[in-house]
Amino acid sequence: MQKTADVVVIGGGSIGCATAYNLARSGFRRVVVLEKGYLCRGSTGRCAAGIRQQWGTEMNCLISRGSIKHFEVMNEMLEYEDDVEFRQNGYLMITYSEKEAAMLKNNLALQERLGIPVQFLSIDDVKEIAPAVNTERVVASTICMEDGQANPFKVTDAYARAARKLGVNIYTYTEVTGFRLEDGAVKAVLTNRGEISTPLVVNATGAYARLISEMLGHDLPVKPERHQIVVTEPLEPFLKPLVMNFFHKSYCQQVVNGSMLIGYGDPHEPEGINYSCSWQFIRELAEKIIEQFPIMKNVNVIRHWAGHYGISPDGQPVLGPVPGIEGYYLALGCGKGFMLSPMIGELVAQAVAGQETTLPIDILSIERFEKGELIVEPAVV
Amino acid sequence: MCDKTIICRCEDLTAEEIREWIARGYSGFEEIKRVSRIGMGACQGRTCRRHLLNELARAGGISPAEIDLSTFRPPTKPINFAAIAGVDQDAKNS
Ligand SMILES: Cc1cc2nc3c(=O)[nH]c(=O)nc-3n(C[C@H](O)[C@H](O)[C@H](O)COP(=O)(O)OP(=O)(O)OC[C@H]3O[C@@H](n4cnc5c(N)ncnc54)[C@H](O)[C@@H]3O)c2cc1C
Repeated sequence: MQKTADVVVIGGGSIGCATAYNLARSGFRRVVVLEKGYLCRGSTGRCAAGIRQQWGTEMNCLISRGSIKHFEVMNEMLEYEDDVEFRQNGYLMITYSEKEAAMLKNNLALQERLGIPVQFLSIDDVKEIAPAVNTERVVASTICMEDGQANPFKVTDAYARAARKLGVNIYTYTEVTGFRLEDGAVKAVLTNRGEISTPLVVNATGAYARLISEMLGHDLPVKPERHQIVVTEPLEPFLKPLVMNFFHKSYCQQVVNGSMLIGYGDPHEPEGINYSCSWQFIRELAEKIIEQFPIMKNVNVIRHWAGHYGISPDGQPVLGPVPGIEGYYLALGCGKGFMLSPMIGELVAQAVAGQETTLPIDILSIERFEKGELIVEPAVV
Repeated sequence: MCDKTIICRCEDLTAEEIREWIARGYSGFEEIKRVSRIGMGACQGRTCRRHLLNELARAGGISPAEIDLSTFRPPTKPINFAAIAGVDQDAKNS
């Protein structure tokens, strides 16, 4: 392994690889990515890979909007020989109560102001767009046809390959175990395979980010929360948009090979890293799915797994430098890091390079938690 | 095994396709699974797992025992939502 670098990115998920690619493009010559396992071992390889702009805070809307523009041209932009499988089949948001409907309406007003093409739907529209959906309890619904999905393995692979072409070295099976700090500035990263001197470090470890911060004596309020998900046998295409249901806190989408990816957020999930799958989850999921899509009753589940969200106190990303530790930067998507990774990679690389950022990321600095300047994202499941 | 032999029946992958992924630099079980979908179909790798191990071992000049497997996950055998939820299954696939 090399002994020195200009900048070290920790974490080989979609954000780490996108950040490394953008760092190389902004002129850093010796960029290194350190990943303790293989690429996509973390949440990126476990996520539902849904991509949406229908958020309830301005920054989440803007970062996702910018990211969609990147996804639209990603194969060409990264000169990827394969296909990142970006599909814009829309995200259909469903609510069963007046309270959730009011949230959707608020969000819609914000999204319209930011130029995101979202439509409010009648029940008949829902029936037409997604005939498989049981509309009995639906109160209100919106759709954005620019939203969609991509293949998270391929997106990460595309960024990693493009980064390597620009000279980035990616070391897999290399775990960061500590740092060398001098006078409050990062001097070196310590790993199980030796030490790399570097003045700059980007923490892109998602749900593990807190542990990296701990090694630097920094208390990061981003907590790991387990999220479980299942995949079914492949079916003939029958559901175009991803269907997100705020009552059930669930999402269901048909992916490119015909399988259904389905999950929900359990509001009682305790904090912590936990890769086990629970029977209770799949049991509740089955009930939620049969209620929403009666025609899926006989569909077979073939695999069930778990991954994590890194939850920030306001549900928004945490980006940019950490005051008090010179050379230490955060690139954390916080629960929606896959869909935001193209822009997070760009924004954090700009911040590290001292360039003007495409969007004002100061708002998403770690400092907001101390100052109490939280703007809470309402539209998460 | 000849190049045209199907290694993974669920995902319809031949030995040749797997050898190409290995030649492109994807070296571990997990990595090849993620780019090619090998082992991700209905049978969850019951047949292809062994074949992929052999291919990786041959390419790396090591024994199959030295290669890490991907994790076995529930439900191990396909099971439908109605059976999980304990409700009646439809006679026909409606
Ligand atoms: C079930 C589920 C569904 C989801 N659905 C969506 C969705 O639809 N859309 C969406 O945008 N997001 C979704 N997410 C969230 C998304 O997966 C994450 O926000 C995103 O993948 C984070 O990417 P990342 O690159 O920051 O982190 P990760 O992909 O987790 O990468 C971090 C990497 O850091 C490595 N690492 C950790 N510690 C160390 C160390 N000490 N040294 C070296 N390496 C280390 C890990 O091995 C890991 O590979 C979902 C998550 C789950 C679990």
